[in-house]
Amino acid sequence: MEQTESFWAFINQQSDKLWSQTWAHIGLTMISLIIAILVAVPLGIFIARKQKFSSTVLGFAGVLQTIPSIALLGVLIPLLGIGPKPAILALFLYALLPIIRNTYTGITEVNPAVVDAARGMGMNKWQILTKVELPLAFPVLMAGIRTATVINVGVATLAAYIAAGGLGEFIFGGIALNNSNMILAGAIPAALLALVLDFLLSLLQKINLKAIKIRFVILPFLVILTSSFLMLPTQIGGRMLGGFTPEFMGRQDGYLGLKKVYKTNIETVVISDAVMYKAAFEKKLDVISGYSTDGRLKAYNLITLKDDKHIFPPYYAAPLVRIEVLKKHPELEKILNMLTGSINDSTMTSLNFKVDQLKQSPEQVATDFMKASGLYKPSKNGSGGTIRIGSKIFGEQYILVQMYKILILGNSNLTVETKTGLGGTKICFDALTNNQIDFYPEYTGTGFLVLLKPNQKTIEALNGSKEGVYNYVSKEFLNQYNLKWLEPIGFNNTYALMMRKDQAQSLHIESITDLTKHLNK
Amino acid sequence: MIKVQNLIKQFSNSPVVNDVSFDVKEGENLIILGTSGCGKTTTLRMINRLIEPDSGHIYINGTDVKSQQPEELRRGIGYVLQNHGLFPHYTVLENIAIVPKLLKWKDEDINKRATELFGKLNLDSSLRDKYPSSLSGGQQQRVGVARSLMVNPPVLLMDEPFGALDNLIRISIRKEFRVLDELVKKTIIMVTHDVQEAFEMGDRICLMDKGSIQQIGTPEELLFKPVNDFVTDFFKEQRLQLELKSVLIADVMPEFPSHKNETVWDKMDQLLSYNNADPGEGQINLEKLMTAFATYRKVNYGAN
Repeated sequence: MEQTESFWAFINQQSDKLWSQTWAHIGLTMISLIIAILVAVPLGIFIARKQKFSSTVLGFAGVLQTIPSIALLGVLIPLLGIGPKPAILALFLYALLPIIRNTYTGITEVNPAVVDAARGMGMNKWQILTKVELPLAFPVLMAGIRTATVINVGVATLAAYIAAGGLGEFIFGGIALNNSNMILAGAIPAALLALVLDFLLSLLQKINLKAIKIRFVILPFLVILTSSFLMLPTQIGGRMLGGFTPEFMGRQDGYLGLKKVYKTNIETVVISDAVMYKAAFEKKLDVISGYSTDGRLKAYNLITLKDDKHIFPPYYAAPLVRIEVLKKHPELEKILNMLTGSINDSTMTSLNFKVDQLKQSPEQVATDFMKASGLYKPSKNGSGGTIRIGSKIFGEQYILVQMYKILILGNSNLTVETKTGLGGTKICFDALTNNQIDFYPEYTGTGFLVLLKPNQKTIEALNGSKEGVYNYVSKEFLNQYNLKWLEPIGFNNTYALMMRKDQAQSLHIESITDLTKHLNK
Repeated sequence: MIKVQNLIKQFSNSPVVNDVSFDVKEGENLIILGTSGCGKTTTLRMINRLIEPDSGHIYINGTDVKSQQPEELRRGIGYVLQNHGLFPHYTVLENIAIVPKLLKWKDEDINKRATELFGKLNLDSSLRDKYPSSLSGGQQQRVGVARSLMVNPPVLLMDEPFGALDNLIRISIRKEFRVLDELVKKTIIMVTHDVQEAFEMGDRICLMDKGSIQQIGTPEELLFKPVNDFVTDFFKEQRLQLELKSVLIADVMPEFPSHKNETVWDKMDQLLSYNNADPGEGQINLEKLMTAFATYRKVNYGAN
C-alpha cells in the first residue's frame, strides 16, 4: 500500500522527466524502426529474388543481432560520439534481422502457382511485387516488424547509457540507487509502450494491402519519421556538457548536492560508467562524475576537481576487522597499519591503471609496489593460524588484499586465505559479521552512508569531514557490530567531478567552485 | 494460327525441349501429351514467353512472339494453370478482373462480361465476392477458366487444367467444357498426362517423350497408325477403350448417318444400360455394332 502510494507520488513529482523520457524513448524506437523498415524490406525482397545472397545477408544480420547491446553501443561511440545518433544506429541494426528475415520468408512462401498465374496474365515485375507478393507476404512481414518493435523498445532503454535519454534513465538510475519506484517509473512505461506499439501494429497487420497504393503506404512513414525526430532530447547548445551516471544523478552526495550547494548550472546527459571516461577523453563530454582513484583517470588524462565545499563524503579506505581476531592475534593491528600513509590518491590511481587498463595481475602490482616502497618481506611460511581476507569485486580491492597478504605473511607467523570477489558492500559486510572472513578493506563513506544509514542531521553535522566521519564510524561500528576500523590507508576513493587535463588547465579550473564560476560567466 | 518452329530449350546443359515444331489451326484443340519431364509444359510456357527458348521461333497469326513485350503478349493469351493460380487475397470477381484491369477496361464492362461468363460456366453469382479458399475445387477451376476467358483472347494455353480435380468432377467438368461455346471456337493448346483427357478434348494430339515429338496427329491416327513402338506402347494399356472412344459410328456404320457423330463407346454405353428397350429392327444393336467395329479394326490395322 505504502509502496503504491509512494510510487504515484514519485510519478507525480517526476512527471516532467517521465514525459520527456517517454517521448525520447518513442522517438528513438520509431526512427530506428522506420529506417530499418526502409532498408530491410527492400533487402528482404532482394534476397528473395537472388537466393544466392540470402544466406550471406541473413547471416550478417544474425551476427549483428548476437552482439551484446552494450558492446555495440561502445563500438559506435568513437564513430558517432554519444547521444541519439549511435543509439539509433544500434537500434536500427538490431531491427534489421527480424524484418529482413520475415520479408524474405513471406515472399518466398507465396504460392509459386499464384506468381506464375500473375506472370502468365501479363503482370509486370512491379505489379507482381506490389499486387501479389507484398500483399500476400504482408502478415508475415508485419510480424517481423512487430518483433523488431518490441526488441527496440527493450533495447532503447540502454540508450540511457550513452546519453541518448529514454526510459532507461529511470531504470538504471533506480537500479543504481536501489530505488524501486524509480525503476518502476521507467520499466512500466517501457512495457506499456511495447504493448501499445505492438497492438497498433497488429491492427495494421489486418489491413488488406491490395487496395492501397504504395505511395500511400510510404507517406505516413515519412510523417512519423520526421515527427519522431522532434521527440528526441534537443541537443546541447551550452558551452559545457556534463555526463553523469544514473546513480550520481539521483544522489544527494551527487548531482543534487552539486545543484544545491554549488549552484552549478551545467547541461547534463545521463551516461553509463562504462563509456563515460572515454566520452570525456574524446571531447564528447566536458565534465563527468567518476571515482577519484579510477585507473581510467590516468588512461584518459583526466583530472579531478577539488570538492571545496565538501559535498562528496570522504571515502577513505581502511581495514575493517573483527575485534575477536585482533584479540586472538594482537600483532595483526600493527601489521595492517603498516600500509598507512603509503598510498595517496594518485598512487592508487596508477595502481588501478595497471590492473584495469594494463591488465597486470593484482598480485603482481601489489608485489611491485611493496618492493618499491620497502614494505616487502619474503613469506615466513608460518603456521600460527589463518587470517581470512575478503574483498569486493573490483580491482582496487584485489590490490589491497594482496598487499595485506604480503604484509601478514612477511611479518607474522600467520597464514592467509583470500576470499576475493564477494560482490558488493552488503555481501562483504555480512561475511564479516557472520565470521566467514576476518577483515576486508572498506571505505569510510560507505560504512557511514550505506551501512550505518545516519539521518540527515548527522550527515550535515559532519559536513564531509575526514576525521569526523572516521571517528563516527569507528565508534558506531565498535558499539553496534563489534568491528574495528584500523587506520585509513591514506587515499580517498570518492565521487569526483573530472575534466580533461588540458581543458581544465586552459580554463584555470581546479575546483568545483571554479567550474561553477566559469559556467556562470 | 500458331506456328512453332524448331524450339530448343536446355536447362543446365540437358535438353528439355529438343527441336519441337508444330502448327495449330484456328479453332483447333491441340493436346500435348506425355509423361512428366517430357518437356510438354516447357513447350507450352515458351509460347507465352514464360520461358524463353534457346533457339527456334513461335508465330501467332504470323507475328513472331518476340516482337512484343512479354507482358503485352501474355495479356492477349488466356492461361489456365493446374492449381488454378487464383490470388488468395482477391475475391472471385477481383480475380477474374485482373487482366481486364491491366487492359484498363471500365468497371461496367468488367461486370457485364463477368456476369456473362458466370452464367456460361455454371457459377453461382453469390460466389462473386467470396475468396477462392471458400470455393470447391471444381468452382476454383471454373473461376480459373473464367479468368482466362474474360478478355476473350483468341488463343488459350491450358497447363493440366483438370489435374488438381478428383476423378468424378474432372470427367463431368471436361464434358461440360467440351461443348462450351467460349471454348469451342478458341484455338487451344492444352498440356496433359492423362490419355483419356487427351482423347476426349483433343482435335489432334502431340505425343512427346524426352523433349521430342514422337507423333502428332488425330487420336485415330495415333491409335491405328503409330509411327514407332513408343507410340504403340504408350496406349497399350488402354487401347481398346481409347479405340472405342475415338472411333465414330460414321467410321464403322456409315449406313446410319443419324448417329454419325456418336462414338462407338457412347453407343455401346447406351445399348448396354439395362433399362434400355430393344432398339428394334433396322436400328443399331449390340451385335451389329461389335461386328462392324471388329471389321474396322482389322481393316485399319491391316492397312498399317
